[in-house]
Amino acid sequence: MYRRTLLSTAAALALGLGLPAAAQDDPMKVGFIYVGPIGDGGWTYTHNEGRLAVEEHFGDAVETVYQESVPEGADAARAMTQMALSGADMIFATSFGYMDQVLEVAAQFPDVTFEHATGYKQAENVATYSARFYEGRAVIGHIAGRMTETNTVGYIASYPIPEVIRGINSAYIHAKKANPDVEFRVVWAYTWFDPAKEADAASALIEQGADVILQHTDSTAPLAAAESAGDVIGFGQASDMAEYKPSPRVSSILDIWGPYYIDRIEAVMDGTWESGDTWHGIGEGMVGIGEITEAVPEEVRAEALALKERIASGEYHPFTGPLNKQDGTPWLAEGETADDGTLLGMDFYVEGLTGEIPN
Amino acid sequence: MIALEKRPEPSRLWRAATPLVAVALTMLAGGAMFAALGADPVAAIRVIFWDPLFDPSFAAYARPQLLVKAGPLILIAVGLAIGFRSGVWNIGAEGQYIMGAICGAAAALAFYPAETRAIFPLAVLAGAAGGLAWAMIPALLKVRFGTNEILVSLMLVYVAESVLASVSSGLLQNPDGMGFPGSRNLAQWDAVANRELVAGTGMHWGVGAAFVAVIAAYILMSRHILGFQLRLSGAAPRAARFAGVTPGRVALTCFAISGALAGMAGFFEVAGPAGQISIDFGSFYGFTAIIVAFLGRLHPVGILLAGLLMALTYIGGELAQLTLGLPAAAIQLFQGMLLFFLLATDVLVNYRLRPRRREAA
Repeated sequence: MYRRTLLSTAAALALGLGLPAAAQDDPMKVGFIYVGPIGDGGWTYTHNEGRLAVEEHFGDAVETVYQESVPEGADAARAMTQMALSGADMIFATSFGYMDQVLEVAAQFPDVTFEHATGYKQAENVATYSARFYEGRAVIGHIAGRMTETNTVGYIASYPIPEVIRGINSAYIHAKKANPDVEFRVVWAYTWFDPAKEADAASALIEQGADVILQHTDSTAPLAAAESAGDVIGFGQASDMAEYKPSPRVSSILDIWGPYYIDRIEAVMDGTWESGDTWHGIGEGMVGIGEITEAVPEEVRAEALALKERIASGEYHPFTGPLNKQDGTPWLAEGETADDGTLLGMDFYVEGLTGEIPN
Repeated sequence: MIALEKRPEPSRLWRAATPLVAVALTMLAGGAMFAALGADPVAAIRVIFWDPLFDPSFAAYARPQLLVKAGPLILIAVGLAIGFRSGVWNIGAEGQYIMGAICGAAAALAFYPAETRAIFPLAVLAGAAGGLAWAMIPALLKVRFGTNEILVSLMLVYVAESVLASVSSGLLQNPDGMGFPGSRNLAQWDAVANRELVAGTGMHWGVGAAFVAVIAAYILMSRHILGFQLRLSGAAPRAARFAGVTPGRVALTCFAISGALAGMAGFFEVAGPAGQISIDFGSFYGFTAIIVAFLGRLHPVGILLAGLLMALTYIGGELAQLTLGLPAAAIQLFQGMLLFFLLATDVLVNYRLRPRRREAA
């Protein structure tokens, strides 16, 4: 307990000196904890883009610091504590696996504001945020269904967690709507970022006849595999992966964190910040669809953009009934839409998908 | 051309001094690298080696963290060093560490939510048993079929990582975790939490175990007949065989000790600092411990110091990232330099360089 009081005194001291001054000269200090290197071209890269947007927006009013490649677990707790001790007023922890550590450190630094990406546990000074990537997957799922000639779409999945299962379901539902004959083959890579494994998975899927590859892993290796196979298309993941335009990369799902970060930092500055859970999609601009290239026929592009618009305006929800679960049990009735609770804990495939979710 | 020539009698003084020389050389070369990255080299070295210990705003937190980080490194390295001195190469401590954590956590979680502290020692033993069992695979394959223990133990790390991924989203998954991978948090469950022995010092049960292991290994290797046999089979395998030491038993003993210690370290980590079994639980302690073992000259006391030094470069390295904006890769390079210079100076202590005249053609 001694340590806890010691720490919070130190934090209070640092903040006592830092916060009131923030309004005048001293910049507000915002820290970012990244799970990968900022050059990963995917998840961490997009969060770092968000940080750069913050720097550009606030100029001298905000100073940002970051630590990259922070392993989940004890190291994350230390990284955040040291950040708080060095005077950070706000910390964005950008990986799911930091969850318990965020809460632990946040309890010791009640005056520091924490934002945890993709988690589900909040506290007085801990808010959570994530993006409705499944909205983006609906759009590229539609393109995939329309573009496949072999009626086989390959899907490189990372880990069997709700986020990934949601993406597979959303992409499948919309591919199926566009092309009733479509079939999905899912490969579990058990990694978020491993170019060699991802390339192997892509090649295996292509050999099985897939001519469209969807990926929920972060490297460009699947696109490279698609390119060398020829006649196979894919999509950018997290970042635009524009170097593979116009084909094999025909479009992309973009993670856009900058506006949210700017909003939340402003809220802390104004004293209006409140804990809570944010789950933003295409409409709010947290999920984007990258340029659809000329490799996609004009008609398909127009359909995809129309779908995107309907999702953005809230007119259409990607999980709208009638939908059954894989085993045939009814899930959503005609016109019914999925509630967020079910989506957040999604552990089942929808009807039509083959294979089992590993566990 | 330059040739290496074995020194008949390497200097004892230099043998003892090489770690210090290696640290000094690392500071020089690392400083040059930091300068090339646009950071002030003196400031960078100071942040890495001085601030975690003495900076007023960080030291109170960083000092206990040194023990938290060094604990598993020392515990694993002590076991590995016994093998390395006996000519048994267990490179797969990372896998044994992971399997120990899984077995310990599984044993504990079988009793969830019981509230008796008796589960804790049971889980520690289960952790040790898990690491030991995993280490027996390369050991038995070597003894029975003559396989290469380096390759087998290393490959089993990747198998262990796959087992880890599987149990985090299956067998040991937190039923209240909304479908996300990862077990229950053991550190928040009083019955098995690996708490600090003295609050505020970072000295948890695993660090205590590491200190005990250092002393036990010292006694074993320098005072006990088994230690003598092990050292003999490392230094002179043929002589050892004539003295009645069976190589198979040596391999099994070394793998058993290092596997059990690594497994125990894994459980202490999962019940304390890490808190839960998750896909990314493995944190390369098992590999870093190899560096620590060599940096400590395979001697228990040396390993104790080397573990603390390694922990210092980790924590100081993180501070340098934070305060000076150095990239994580530069810190890893810096740590790599340490091993490189140690091995390089070692070569020069044991061999001398001699210019070789080119033969007239």
